Amino acid sequence: MISVHFPVLLVLVPLIAAPICLLLRPLPGATWAIATAASWFCLYVTVSLLFRVLDSGTISYLLGNWAAPWGIEYRIDLLNAFVLVIIAAIGAVVMPYARASVTREVSPRRIYLFYTMFCLNLAGLLGIAATGDAFNLFVFLEISAFSGYTLISLGRDRRALTATYRYVLMGTVGATFYVIGIGMLYMMTGTLNMMDLAARIPAVAQTRTIHAALAFLTVGVGLKLAMFPLHTWLPNAYTFAPSAVTAFLASTATKVAVYVLIRMYFTVFGGAEIFEMFPVRETLMVLALAGMFAGSFVAIFQENCKRMLAYSSVAQVGYMVLGISFATVTGLAGGMIHLFNHALMKCALFLVMGCIFYRISSVKIADMAGLGKRMPLTMAAFVVAGLSLIGVPATVGFVSKWYLVLAALEKGWWPIAALIVASSLLAVIYIWRVVEVAYFRPVPEGAPEVTEAPLSLLVPTWIMVLASVYFGIDASRTFEVAHAAATLLIGGGK
Amino acid sequence: MSPQVTMQLALAAPLLGTVLIVLTGHRPNLRETVTLVTAAVMFLLVASLVPEVMAGGRPEVVFGNMLPGLPIALKLEPLGMTFALIASFLWIVTSIYAIGYMRGHHEQNQTQFYAFFAVALFSAVFVAFSGNLLTLFLAYEILSVSTYPLVTHHRTPEAKRGGRVYLGILLTTSIGFFLFAIVWTWLAAGTLDFTDGGILSGKVSDTVAGVLLALYVFGIGKAAVMPFHRWLPAAMVAPTPVSALLHAVAVVKAGVFSVVKVAVYVFGVDFLHSLAASEWLQYAAAATILLASLVAMTKDNLKARLAYSTVSQLSYIVLGAMLATEISVVGGGMHIAMHAFGKITLFFCAGAILVAAHKTEISQMRGIGRVMPITTFAFLIGSLSIIGLPPFGGMWSKWYLALGALDAGKQAMVAVLMISSLLNIAYLLPIPIRGFFCEPDDNPGHGAGVQEAPWPCVLALSVSAVGCIVLFFFPEPVYNLLAGMFAR
Repeated sequence: MISVHFPVLLVLVPLIAAPICLLLRPLPGATWAIATAASWFCLYVTVSLLFRVLDSGTISYLLGNWAAPWGIEYRIDLLNAFVLVIIAAIGAVVMPYARASVTREVSPRRIYLFYTMFCLNLAGLLGIAATGDAFNLFVFLEISAFSGYTLISLGRDRRALTATYRYVLMGTVGATFYVIGIGMLYMMTGTLNMMDLAARIPAVAQTRTIHAALAFLTVGVGLKLAMFPLHTWLPNAYTFAPSAVTAFLASTATKVAVYVLIRMYFTVFGGAEIFEMFPVRETLMVLALAGMFAGSFVAIFQENCKRMLAYSSVAQVGYMVLGISFATVTGLAGGMIHLFNHALMKCALFLVMGCIFYRISSVKIADMAGLGKRMPLTMAAFVVAGLSLIGVPATVGFVSKWYLVLAALEKGWWPIAALIVASSLLAVIYIWRVVEVAYFRPVPEGAPEVTEAPLSLLVPTWIMVLASVYFGIDASRTFEVAHAAATLLIGGGK
Repeated sequence: MSPQVTMQLALAAPLLGTVLIVLTGHRPNLRETVTLVTAAVMFLLVASLVPEVMAGGRPEVVFGNMLPGLPIALKLEPLGMTFALIASFLWIVTSIYAIGYMRGHHEQNQTQFYAFFAVALFSAVFVAFSGNLLTLFLAYEILSVSTYPLVTHHRTPEAKRGGRVYLGILLTTSIGFFLFAIVWTWLAAGTLDFTDGGILSGKVSDTVAGVLLALYVFGIGKAAVMPFHRWLPAAMVAPTPVSALLHAVAVVKAGVFSVVKVAVYVFGVDFLHSLAASEWLQYAAAATILLASLVAMTKDNLKARLAYSTVSQLSYIVLGAMLATEISVVGGGMHIAMHAFGKITLFFCAGAILVAAHKTEISQMRGIGRVMPITTFAFLIGSLSIIGLPPFGGMWSKWYLALGALDAGKQAMVAVLMISSLLNIAYLLPIPIRGFFCEPDDNPGHGAGVQEAPWPCVLALSVSAVGCIVLFFFPEPVYNLLAGMFAR
């Protein structure tokens, strides 16, 4: 049965779709169709994998049928099945949107590049999540990183190039740190398979090499997930990339890096013990809280709306890292729920930015005057997704906050809980700045006529908005998956 | 029809109404008909639930789980019944009033106005029907957000500033304190259901319970306990029907209703009574009662004065809840009803004066009684009811609140109530008195004749004024309904 090979097809299909897109470069429509088909196929596969994992437990797939420690193993448990669905779903929604948006924002000669690189990026991200091999993960990390650099550089603004350059530097440092860490682990244990690593590390856990490996891995992955203060590549990259790229990367790339962090800590390094061994908890917690406040504060003062949302992402990543740093089932589940929830709402918000850019060729807040009247559906989407970012009930943001506060109180750390709540209130300020301009400031004299964004942009945007409401009202399913995955991980990840 | 179905229909009606209002937006007469019919249907549905509740029924509806173990649920009990009844009845009256006001005052974007109004009423009744704290919080926040466009209806810089304060304080308190307290309660008690006798007793230490109580009372910002009251005067930039129904009845009463509900069904009266913290919060409420009255005296703008008066009156109800005796809680509940009728009358009058005479400042209103006799007379009735004199409904709630204070052995609080009545006299009565007995300042042509507001406005304010009198003679239904809280 073909479904046995789903874990690898997940990566192979977009990986093969990429060169096909390249071959079809004179036909942008065809490249779009292929990329879309690939992304939808991935969604189907990931969802069916999630159900299979829920049904019958972890799936182990041996690449080329080579037995595990020697060959590469793809290992799908609840945690990565969950992450895979997020990535594929975001891809599947962004692709239909991309057609109109990319035509507007990318020069026609490079459109094929967008679809090619998108497929590669999708393959890379899904690969990172699917693989059970630490070095294979590094390979996919690089695939997704390099395709990501290309995607960002497609932005028409020349500053996209410097933004990309910066991202290349930082991303390379991150990847190098990661591979150094893996090298050290290999040196001490002689294996690269994550399960094997988990079994062998305890014997050598108290060596300086392992400690150094942990530090390298944390910094390397921390760069990728834009953990404060390693986030400096992110704002410009998100601001100057084409909208479809930002929407996709913002909701997947950093999320996958968060996944890698969870995987390394809780599976490879064996869970909660490292939080006792090192000041991992204190480090993560302080950085997370600093990121939550610094990101939100800086967001308040941005003039460019995309940049504002980018800084908000830095803050939101802080929530996920904070959840991880609790190292309790509720905390980890909270972090993972936020991973999912933030993907939904930030994707929706960046899609809104694409709609606005499509019509007024700007995402400066000052240029949005009067948009509430002129693009009512687009701005309504912004308001709803923005409320979610604030954490109003009946949106996903509320669910995340609920579990993070609960996790903090469970530990008796009520000051942390208070800080979570306080930082989320900063979102009110930066979201409402935009709302006030869009709804209260009159349309400037002589502004060009602007109508509502086309349906091909609005529909995907509203799908994301409605998803972030739906999963806010009925969060029990997301919670069950996240909770089960967290239990698995805290229990040692075996 | 089973009460469960009726409850759901009562909530569905305003939502359906919203859709229809938007669809009929281009035909104002049809749109207003839809509003009126929706309001009437909603009231009838709510009213048809009264016998069930009077008979001791507590119909429940459980929708799906929002979070695991935490469903969105409805549960009807006497306090919620009372609040829903008042809100939905006064919606009819306000709708009539709004038709006169919005047209007479040539307001813009009326479709949007009626649509959000219906959403606000939906969420107010949703608050009233909520069966657990999570549902209450959900409805409470929908109410905050859906009233923001109404508050900022004029889209002026002033409206923007008002809206900022409004939403800023309401969201800060609710997310910062209220949500915090709810999560804490969930962790400590393992349930959020509203239960007779409370859920916290024996689950938390007295210190924690005290902190939680403070988080609830200040976190429910809509109850406007000082220092979190500034949003209410800020909300006065809204058109008058909004100030009348939402910021004298639906929104603010949703706040105090939540406080009473938390006091009775989360803490439980007995547990609350044993807490030292409840005494501190009595002082907070008493301070709000007196300070807000004093501030009201300094305001020349009529709506601002009424807003501060509302801040003061709301704390009566908070005080009733914090006194934590059965009589005081019932008195607080009655005050929800009595103050609603009195204050909505006053706001209706303020709006009528604005529409007919274009006056907003009290100092301009000398002699207004000669031009607008019905309005000024209704204002007098509303004032007397707020002050708490017979034969007006406001007397009863003050009576029971005072009894409750004595019952709790808090003579000082009785004094606070009495002083507050005197202050009410000082800031409310001069307005109708000067209106009737002073010569108009700016009326060179003597005997300009009677010039009332459009008839729907006059009709509405007459109905609510008559309501104040009716409630004096027939307070038993309200009392009996509320007493049902402790019947079991």
